Amino acid sequence: MRHYFARKLLIYGLTFVVAVSVDWAIPRFMPGNPVQNLVSRIALEPQSSHALTSYYMKAFNLNDPWWKEYLAFWGALFHGDLGRSIMQYPTPVSVLIMRALPYTLGLLLPAILLSWYAGNKVGAMAARRKVLDNSALPASYVLTATPYMWLAIVLAWLFGTTWHVFPIAGGYDFSLKASWSLPFVESLAYHWFLPFVSLFLVAFGGWAIGMRNMIIYELESDYANYLSSLGAPQRLIRKYAFRNALLPQITGLALALGAVVAGALVTEIVFSYPGLGSLILNAIQNEDYFLIQGIFLMLIVGILIANFVVDVVYLIVDPRTRTGMTGGS
Amino acid sequence: MKQKHEVLYFALRNRKLQVGGSIVLFFLVLALLGPALAQHAPLAYGGPPNHGPDVHYWFGTTAFGQDVFSQFVEGLRAGFLVGLLGGGIAAVVGMSIGFTAGYRGGWIDELLNMLTNVVLVIPTFAVLLIVAAYLTVRSVPIEAVFIGLTSWPWVARAVRAQTLSLTSREFIDMARMSGRGAAKIIATEIAPNMSSYLFMTFILLFGGSILAAATLDFIGLGPTNGISLGLMMNFSVLNAALQLGLWWWFVPPGLAIMLIVGGLYVMNVGLDEVFNPKLREM
Amino acid sequence: MGLVVDDLAVYYRTLAGDVRALDGVSFAVGDGEIMGLAGESGCGKSTLGKALIRLDGRMRYIRGSVELDGRPVPVWDDLAMNALRFGEISIVPQYAMSALNPTRKIGMMVDELLHSRGIDPKPLHAELFRRLELVGLDPHVLGMYPIELSGGMKQRAVMVISTLLDPSLLIADEITSALDVSNQKAVAEALVEFRDRGFVKSTIMVTHDLSVLYQVADTILVMYAGRLAEKGPAETIIHAPRHPYTKLLIGALPEVGIRYGEHKLVSIPGRPPSLLEPAEGCRFRERCPFASGRCVKQPPFCDVGDGHALACWREAA
Repeated sequence: MRHYFARKLLIYGLTFVVAVSVDWAIPRFMPGNPVQNLVSRIALEPQSSHALTSYYMKAFNLNDPWWKEYLAFWGALFHGDLGRSIMQYPTPVSVLIMRALPYTLGLLLPAILLSWYAGNKVGAMAARRKVLDNSALPASYVLTATPYMWLAIVLAWLFGTTWHVFPIAGGYDFSLKASWSLPFVESLAYHWFLPFVSLFLVAFGGWAIGMRNMIIYELESDYANYLSSLGAPQRLIRKYAFRNALLPQITGLALALGAVVAGALVTEIVFSYPGLGSLILNAIQNEDYFLIQGIFLMLIVGILIANFVVDVVYLIVDPRTRTGMTGGS
Repeated sequence: MKQKHEVLYFALRNRKLQVGGSIVLFFLVLALLGPALAQHAPLAYGGPPNHGPDVHYWFGTTAFGQDVFSQFVEGLRAGFLVGLLGGGIAAVVGMSIGFTAGYRGGWIDELLNMLTNVVLVIPTFAVLLIVAAYLTVRSVPIEAVFIGLTSWPWVARAVRAQTLSLTSREFIDMARMSGRGAAKIIATEIAPNMSSYLFMTFILLFGGSILAAATLDFIGLGPTNGISLGLMMNFSVLNAALQLGLWWWFVPPGLAIMLIVGGLYVMNVGLDEVFNPKLREM
Repeated sequence: MGLVVDDLAVYYRTLAGDVRALDGVSFAVGDGEIMGLAGESGCGKSTLGKALIRLDGRMRYIRGSVELDGRPVPVWDDLAMNALRFGEISIVPQYAMSALNPTRKIGMMVDELLHSRGIDPKPLHAELFRRLELVGLDPHVLGMYPIELSGGMKQRAVMVISTLLDPSLLIADEITSALDVSNQKAVAEALVEFRDRGFVKSTIMVTHDLSVLYQVADTILVMYAGRLAEKGPAETIIHAPRHPYTKLLIGALPEVGIRYGEHKLVSIPGRPPSLLEPAEGCRFRERCPFASGRCVKQPPFCDVGDGHALACWREAA
């Protein structure tokens, strides 16, 4: 077990270092001078633009030798200093991110957990009943092939613009002030629902298909055949099959995280939901490099943590890893 | 029945392959012939803005008076190109790494495994975000290269696992004794045994590439020149198409992606049935 | 008492038609008898073994009757067979090494299996421990996961589990095929031990390995292409076979202690016939060195005395 964890932590540590290094390196090695780009977009008198240039050079640490910049970057990182946003100067990047993060997590966490749960349940049922299989399976394939943002667009258009059932902009009603009052919470939920459903549906499709295939595979396995030969009821065999099929679905959760997070971001953009997605869009349009870098790091850290959590869960659930023999990956 | 003919026989009769294949083929033909049929250049202004579909503009116009239909077929072309290039690159990289790791074993395997795991864990989307944000000029092939270079880990893992099981068999020992080089053995003995699996993998990568490109384009990290399906959706949303109900602008691009990728997935299931006799329904 | 099988036929459904894997076999196995069921791949022995306990999805019952201890065995009725499985008829499968749920401790799986059949596991624990020790396994294996056991250990564990309820008929399907020689000996001896102690009444041992049968079986039944070729006491079959196929089969066996300098090891030329639309008559006649005009008609399976029977125009009938 220690070997298992040591290996995982090594990979995550390595990944983190690589990611941070990539994050640091890209702006410095891209063609063109990012500082010149920034300054040239602001029409200024030569002296002012000169002053602005030297300010930015200092801010980017572009005056120091590269290894000094690199270390300074790591130092700032551990202080939680991600720099200041360019488009919303002088607000620190970390503040902007922290404002947007709860909205994104509020979409992501329920969507991931519920779609995983529901998808597995439906997939398992479809594996047993031919009737359900013939309807649920094609539907799941359609859902999983649907681009996240397109489903969001269609839902927003139908339920928002056309039928006026749900709102399609913002995290809450703009006329309300943020507080813990009932109308505000209601408004929050109201605005949350459509983006959540959109995320949920696409993710659901993938899990349902995966679980259905895994269950069919398990039901054909040797131990299932043996138990049937010894007269065991289907109830027992299904119970074993379900538990065994869940294991790869748990590792699958870690693998699918990247896709779902990307899906959440684009869904937010469609609904102008004030999470990281809309923040990224703004940052890109305004070429706010610090903000983009900060969000990137946030995503990396978040996903690494989530991966780690899934690994711990897998360790608890698959008895083979505990005995020191890696039955899984 | 000779083996090749048997595969073809079942392939042509498999319902899922027929349905999925026809859908993908339809869009492919549309992508190839569409631009010739289009009456206007995709990015040309001149039409009435926000206009619904009619005789002159089959899919209506955008907020800038551009012809949605010609944008749509151009976008289809870009989509297929990205799928082919991105999927192809990912396939080549993933299979090379998988074969090498599985065949060689030892420290090469360990090293490649570590590499695979790191690339696997890094959220590719975030990396693409960073890189694409800094490249001021982007084209479809460049986008395809990025996608290809980040979506190969699962392929490497799967190919490695299969290669490991094949490598332990006697016929590989014989091939090794014959003195042939590793690359040759992999190409002539191992890969052909997995050919069906490799083909199916490529189809999945193709579809995945199209989806990844659409997502990138939608955020604004797509090609800086030309048009794509994701870009169409991006522009539509940014220009209040949702609020104005300009459905002809945002429904076709996403619908096309859903149908093409869905068709590819269904084809994949069909191929699985063709290659794996146990799955064929009696 | 024991097992009586009469004209049992089971085909496999395929896209190309019915494969006549088991085409009318009749035989009997007495109480306390270990009958070896031998033949090359595809002769129908595994099909026979499986048909007696559970037809899988592709198998189709065609005709025939099976009786165990005087009572009929409804092999065509999956649900009715459940009452007999494990308690009366049991099987040690060909895939015994992967027959245990990989994510369940072995003891837990056994308990849950017994529970699900409506049997309280606790009174059986003592006997379970004794039998495990009998086959050379430490009862602590019950607290382990299958991945922690070697192939031979898993095989023996499955043997113990399958015979826990003292079945009247045990089908042992290729239980030595995947093992090394010393494990083969242990497993074969365990089988005999079970019979001697009365855990199992009749045993059918399906294998392609005649040498193991020679050590362990009382009688041997040789099958070819879905039909019976020869049956008799093990001594007779090995040392004095009369059916041409059996003779060639025995002749292909290397003997211990003899150098094959001058004599070549002879294998039987040709291949078994396709069972999709088999030709009329004796199925061995394409490869039989003694085939004649009579062989276009299927020879009956006749007794030639001393519990020895075979199907051949030249040798009997």
